[in-house]
Amino acid sequence: MKSPRNNTTIIAAVLAVLIALVTFIGLVTIGLGGERGMGMPADGGYFLQDAATPVMEDLTTVHNMVFYWISGITAFVMALMVFIMIRFREKANPVPSKTTHNTAIEVVWTIAPVLILLFIAVPSMQLLYFQDKLPETEMTVKAVGNTWNWSYTYPDLENIDEIISNPLDEIQAKAQGKPFLLGTDAQLVVPVDTNVKVLVTSINNMHSWTVPSFGIKMDAVPGIINETWFRATREGVFYGQCSEICGIKHYYMPIEVNVVSKAEYARWVANDGAFTTSVAQINTDNTLIGSGQTAAQK
Amino acid sequence: MVALPGENTPVEPAGYADDGKPGFFARWFYSTNHKDIGTLYLIFGIISGLIGGFLSFMMRMELAAPGIDYFASEHQYLVYVSMHGLIMIFFMVMPALIGGFGNWFVPIMVGAPDMAFPRMNNLSFWLLPTALLCLLISFFVPGSASGNGFGGSWVMYPPLSTTGSPGPAFDFIIIGLLAAGFSSIFGAINFITTILNMRAPGMTMHKMPLFAWAVLVTAFLLLLALPVLAAALFMLFTDRIDGGTGFFDPARGGDPQMFQHLFWFFGHPEVYIMILPAFGIVSHIISTFSKKPIFGYLGMAYAMVAIGVVGFVVWAHHMYTVGMDVNLKAYFLAATLVIAVPTGVKIFSWLATMWGGSIRYSIPMQWALAFIFLFVVGGVTGVMLANAGVDAYLHDTYYVVAHFHYVLSMGAVFGIFAGFYYWFGKMFGVQYNKWLAGAHFWLFFIGVNVIFFPQHFLGLNGMPRRYIDYPEEFAIWNQVSSFGAYITLAGVAFFFLMLIEALLISRRRVGDNYWGEGATTLEWTLSSPPPYHQFNVLPRIEDNKDEH
Repeated sequence: MKSPRNNTTIIAAVLAVLIALVTFIGLVTIGLGGERGMGMPADGGYFLQDAATPVMEDLTTVHNMVFYWISGITAFVMALMVFIMIRFREKANPVPSKTTHNTAIEVVWTIAPVLILLFIAVPSMQLLYFQDKLPETEMTVKAVGNTWNWSYTYPDLENIDEIISNPLDEIQAKAQGKPFLLGTDAQLVVPVDTNVKVLVTSINNMHSWTVPSFGIKMDAVPGIINETWFRATREGVFYGQCSEICGIKHYYMPIEVNVVSKAEYARWVANDGAFTTSVAQINTDNTLIGSGQTAAQK
Repeated sequence: MVALPGENTPVEPAGYADDGKPGFFARWFYSTNHKDIGTLYLIFGIISGLIGGFLSFMMRMELAAPGIDYFASEHQYLVYVSMHGLIMIFFMVMPALIGGFGNWFVPIMVGAPDMAFPRMNNLSFWLLPTALLCLLISFFVPGSASGNGFGGSWVMYPPLSTTGSPGPAFDFIIIGLLAAGFSSIFGAINFITTILNMRAPGMTMHKMPLFAWAVLVTAFLLLLALPVLAAALFMLFTDRIDGGTGFFDPARGGDPQMFQHLFWFFGHPEVYIMILPAFGIVSHIISTFSKKPIFGYLGMAYAMVAIGVVGFVVWAHHMYTVGMDVNLKAYFLAATLVIAVPTGVKIFSWLATMWGGSIRYSIPMQWALAFIFLFVVGGVTGVMLANAGVDAYLHDTYYVVAHFHYVLSMGAVFGIFAGFYYWFGKMFGVQYNKWLAGAHFWLFFIGVNVIFFPQHFLGLNGMPRRYIDYPEEFAIWNQVSSFGAYITLAGVAFFFLMLIEALLISRRRVGDNYWGEGATTLEWTLSSPPPYHQFNVLPRIEDNKDEH
C-alpha cells in the first residue's frame, strides 16, 4: 500500500513544479515580451506602451515588479492545487484525514502575504508621490474637455489661440496618414525635456485626459481644475483616448500630443502657433512611419 | 457540519405528509414559504441572466471587428453597456446568490422552519420583477437627444446622468433601482433576524455553516451600503428636476465628485455582497467532496467579516484619477492591499481543506475548483489595480474589465453554478445528467477565459472601456475575445438542455443525502426536496468534539 501512495506523491509533486515553472515563465515572457506601442497602441500588442516620461518609466517598473509577484503567486496556487488534486484524489487517498487546524501554517499564510504586500507597497507609494508632486514647471497648458473634442490653451502665451482638437474621420485620417480614432486635426504642441503642467477641466460632461505613454490619466470634471504634469523625454507624436464615459462620442475624442525640439517649439510659438509648411510636412511624414523619431533626426 | 443523532430525529405531526401546499396561484404569487420564494428568485435570476447575457453577447458581436456593424447608434451601444451592468448585478447575481440560495438554505442550515418575516420575504421578491420592469421600460423611452434608453453606464455619474440624460429613461432606472434596493434591504433585515434569532438549539454562532455566515455578513453589507445608494439616487432624482436641487451641479455650488464618493461607498461593498455568498457555497462544496470538515473554520468565518469591514473603507480606489489628494490616494492604496490578506486566508484554507482529503470530482466540485483558480487570477490583478500609481495607466481600460469579470462573471457566476449543481437534487428532487452538466462546465470555463483573458492585453495596450469602436491595433484580441463569447453561448445552451432533461424528461429521483459522508449540514438530513415545512420539531445540535 505504501509504494503506490509514494508514486502518486512524486508524480503530483513533479507535475506541480513543472506547471508552476511553465506558468511563471509563460506568464512573464508573454506578459513582458510583447511589442510596445510607440506613442500609440501596438498592433495586437499585449504590453504597456513605451514610456516617454520619467513617471511612465517608474510606472512601468512598478507594474513589472507587481507583475512578477502576481505571476509567481498564480503559478504557486495553481501548482499547489494541481498537486492536491492528484495526490488526494479519491483513488490515491481513499481515507480522508480529519485535520482542521494547524496554527503554524495559518500564521504563515497570513504573514507571508503581508510581507509581499509591503514589498509591493513601498515602490508603489514612491511612484504615487513622484507622480503627484509637481516639480518646478516651466510651462502650463490647459486641456478642456467638451462634448466631444478637446481644446488646449497656453495661459502663459498670449499669441497662441485656443487649439480646438477635433477627431479626424476615417477618410481624413487616411489622407493625413494618421491612425483613425487616434488622430486629430490639431495637436497639442509641447517642447521636449520640459516640465509641463497640465490643467484639466471640462465644460459639460466628465471626460478624462489620457496619454498612456506619459503615464497620465486625469479626469476632466466640470467646476474643478485638476492638475498633473509630464516631462516628455523624446520627441514624437503621442496619442491617447478619452477615458471617462462622456456620451455617445466617448470613443471619438482622441488626444494627440506633438513633442518637438525646444528650438522648433520656439519657432512654433514665434509663428503664432503654426509650423512652417516644410516642418508641418516633415511632421506628417513622421507620423506616417510612426512616432518616436524626431523631425530633426530625419 | 453537524450530524443529527438518531434519538433527536424530529417526530412529524399528523397531517404533515400532504404538506398543506396551497393551490398554484396562492403558492407562487402569495408565497411566504422560503423555499418557494427561493425558487422564484432563482427563476428570476435565470431570466435576468438571459437578458443581461443577450446584451453582453450583442456587445461582443459589435466589438469583434473595428467599425460600427450591428448597433443602430452609438447611444444604443452605451445603453446596452449600462443595462448589462445593472441587470447582471442587481437582477442576476444578487437575486440568485442571496435571494435564491440564501432563502433556500439559510433557514434550513441554521435549523429554522422558515425565515423570520415570511410576508416581508414575499415583498422582497415581488419588488424585484417590478424593478426589472422599470429598467426594461427605460429601454423604450427617451433618454437623451441621441435616442431611447440611458447610456451613462452603471455608475451613473453626473452630469451625464443629470443634464446629459434629461429624458425619462433614467428616471425609470432610478425608480427601478430604488425598488431593487428596498427589496435587498428587506431581505437583509430578514436574513439578519433569522440568523441571529432562529438558530436551532445548540447551533451557536461558531457552529453555524459558513454559507449562513457569508449571508449574514452580506446582509449587514446590504443594510449599510444600500441606503447610501438610495440617498445618492434620490439626490440625482431631485437634481434632474428643472429648478430642483444642485447637489452635484457645480454651477449651483454642487460637486459631481461627491456623487462618485457616495456611489462607490455603496459600490465597493456591493462587489463583496456579490462574492461573499459564493465564498460560502464554495466552502461547503470543497468540504463535501474532500470528505473533510472545512479547514480553519473560524479563520474562514472571520476572514469574511474582515473582508466586509475593510470593504467599507476602500471605496475611493475606484476613483484614483478624479484628482484626489495624494495622501488620500496613499491611504486607499494601503487599505486596498490589506484586503488581499483575508482573501488569501480563504484561498489557502480551501486548499488546506482539500489537503489530506479524498477528493471526488463531481460537477459542483469542478465549478468550485474553477472558482478558486479564476478568483485567484482576478484577485491578483486586483492587487495590480490597487496601486494608485499604476492605475493612472490602467484605470478605465479593458484591464479593469478583465479584472472584475474574472472575480464576478467568473467568480460569482461560478459560485452560483457550483451551488446550483450542488443543491440541484436537494431543491428539485431529481438529479442532472452529468454529461450535459459537464459540457456546460467545460464550454463555459473555456469560453469565459477566452473572452476575458485577452482583455488584459487590450487594457495593457491602452484600450479604454465603453468604446463602440476602436483603433485597428486592438482588433486581434477583440476578435479572440468575441470568439470566446460564442463558446460561452454554447455552454449556456447546454445549461438549458440539462435543465430540460433533468426536470422534464428523465426525472431521476435522488435520496436525502446523495453526496454521501462529506455532506454534513442540516439540509442533507431532510428529504429531497425537503418537506414544504421543515423542522416542525427543531433539530438539536449536539456538541461534537471532532468539529473544527
